[in-house]
Amino acid sequence: MLSYLVRRLALMLLTLFGISVIIFLLLRIVPGNIVDVLFDAAGFVDPADKLKIEKDLGLDQPFVVQYASWIGGMLRGDLGYSYVSEKPALAEILPRIPITARLAVLALTFAVAIGIPLGVISAVRQNTRLDYFLRVISLAGLSLPSFWLGLLVLMAAVALFGAIPIYSDAPKSAWDAFAMYSVPAAAVGLRSSALIMRLTRSSMLEVLRQDYIRTARSKGASETSINYSHALKNAILPILTVIGVEAAFLIGGLIVTETVFNIPGVARFLVEAIRWRDYPIVQNLVMFIAVIVVTTNFIVDMLYAALDPRIKLAD
Amino acid sequence: MPTVDIQSELKKAGALNKGRLGELGFVARRYVLGTAGLIIMIVFVLAAIFADVLAPYDPLAVNASHALARPSAAHLLGADSFGRDVLSRIIHGARISLAVGIGSTLIGSSIGVLVGLTSGYLSGWVDLVFQRLVDILQALPLLVLALVMAAALGPSLKNTVLAIAIPLVPTVARVIRANTLTLREQPFVEAAKAAGMGEMRIALRHVLPNTLAPLIVLATAQFGSAILTEASLSFLGLGIPEPHPSWGRMLSESAAEYVRTAPWLVIFPGMAISLIVFGTNLLGDAIRDFLDPRQRG
Repeated sequence: MLSYLVRRLALMLLTLFGISVIIFLLLRIVPGNIVDVLFDAAGFVDPADKLKIEKDLGLDQPFVVQYASWIGGMLRGDLGYSYVSEKPALAEILPRIPITARLAVLALTFAVAIGIPLGVISAVRQNTRLDYFLRVISLAGLSLPSFWLGLLVLMAAVALFGAIPIYSDAPKSAWDAFAMYSVPAAAVGLRSSALIMRLTRSSMLEVLRQDYIRTARSKGASETSINYSHALKNAILPILTVIGVEAAFLIGGLIVTETVFNIPGVARFLVEAIRWRDYPIVQNLVMFIAVIVVTTNFIVDMLYAALDPRIKLAD
Repeated sequence: MPTVDIQSELKKAGALNKGRLGELGFVARRYVLGTAGLIIMIVFVLAAIFADVLAPYDPLAVNASHALARPSAAHLLGADSFGRDVLSRIIHGARISLAVGIGSTLIGSSIGVLVGLTSGYLSGWVDLVFQRLVDILQALPLLVLALVMAAALGPSLKNTVLAIAIPLVPTVARVIRANTLTLREQPFVEAAKAAGMGEMRIALRHVLPNTLAPLIVLATAQFGSAILTEASLSFLGLGIPEPHPSWGRMLSESAAEYVRTAPWLVIFPGMAISLIVFGTNLLGDAIRDFLDPRQRG
């Protein structure tokens, strides 16, 4: 168990190192750096000025030196400075995280609350009209682009309330805050719920064929008790394992939804930083996302072993 | 490869002697959703092929006097802020969506198959290196990797295809590798070896054809996500550049303004994206049931 843990952790670090190299190189093959972007807007400027700015930002250094200073700084808790705002990258990123986190938690709650019960119903009523209907609906849900779903939700809000929910830093009450977040969270969560529903359905179908379900039925357990306490309990594990996939899926949805709703979270910030060629922000944000995905997968693996006594982590 | 035996199903239903049309009708009724998906896809493919004939206007023609025209007889789906006909842009947009879908799925799957096959067949340090590379690519969400790659390569059709293709590689590589690992132990591979066949030949002629079923299932799923990712990239302004009529681009960020003033600019391009992806998903589910009945639900 311990050796497995150590090996898993080492692999995690290796993966993160690989990502840091790839992202770093990708950003440096971009045609034109921040200086070009800024100078484009200004029209003709003295080339000497340009060289000086590049030197100030360390862009004239060889890649290896730039990479080493980034990683070195990161280990000391210094993420560098945003090229655009000239504020420390950490100070730019940190305040935006809670906004996205709230949205993500709300969206996930939404997705689970809708996806799991519908998935169970669909599986229990397999091959009935209701099952077909739910399957088509979930497939349709997966087919809608997140940003369009966001726009439709906006449209519905205009039709219902006559106004577009506007993000504000200081909502008047807890209720206002909830209302403000729940509309975009619904847009993100709806798509995720379709994914969760499909996973729940196939996992439940697998479990419902097992012998212990027949045993439960023969001992006279009620259908509700069989479906929810015998079957769902066992079906939930495989659903848990794809939470890593789910997290990746959710991040994609957050990026476009925050853009649609003009929410100043980290996800939208990534897109802005990419447009501005703001390397320090982009590379740190991408690393942040990678850390989240990799750690989620790690925790899920551990949780899986802890929850399912049949699984033993050998090396 | 486990497949559904259509012939015996046809016989059971007594549809075998009703001629080609009768058989087709039976299959269509048996697989309603799949058939619906196929029809949707055929419509989009036809729209893409005959776009020049079908589109009532030039999709790039600017006409200030028709700016933001409501849907009417002249412009069935309305016109955008430059007065360009929305219907014509949607018809021509099918070309871009399909090109990106087909292009990135083909490139992504080919690289994935190559990596997966080599990894599973050779094992050893090659496998180890490839596996770590796959881990790395998989640790980033599809959209994030595609975003950074699209920004790095610059906005163009070719680069968008590439930016979406690379993130698709790891899933294919994983599935093909796992399949190759089990296939390698099969008696027919041993027989081929005993017969003196070269490793390369065995991998290509005996192992690869047997991984085709899961590959097709995966490729259809990826085709849909490739189209969705292109739409998201273009929506964020990092995919297909103007003036190409990309559906995602048509919905670009300014769309939020039009929610109130010109809803037709928001509704129709989004419907096109959703419909083509829905068609792919329906078709993909049917293909999966067909090729891999174990997964059938």
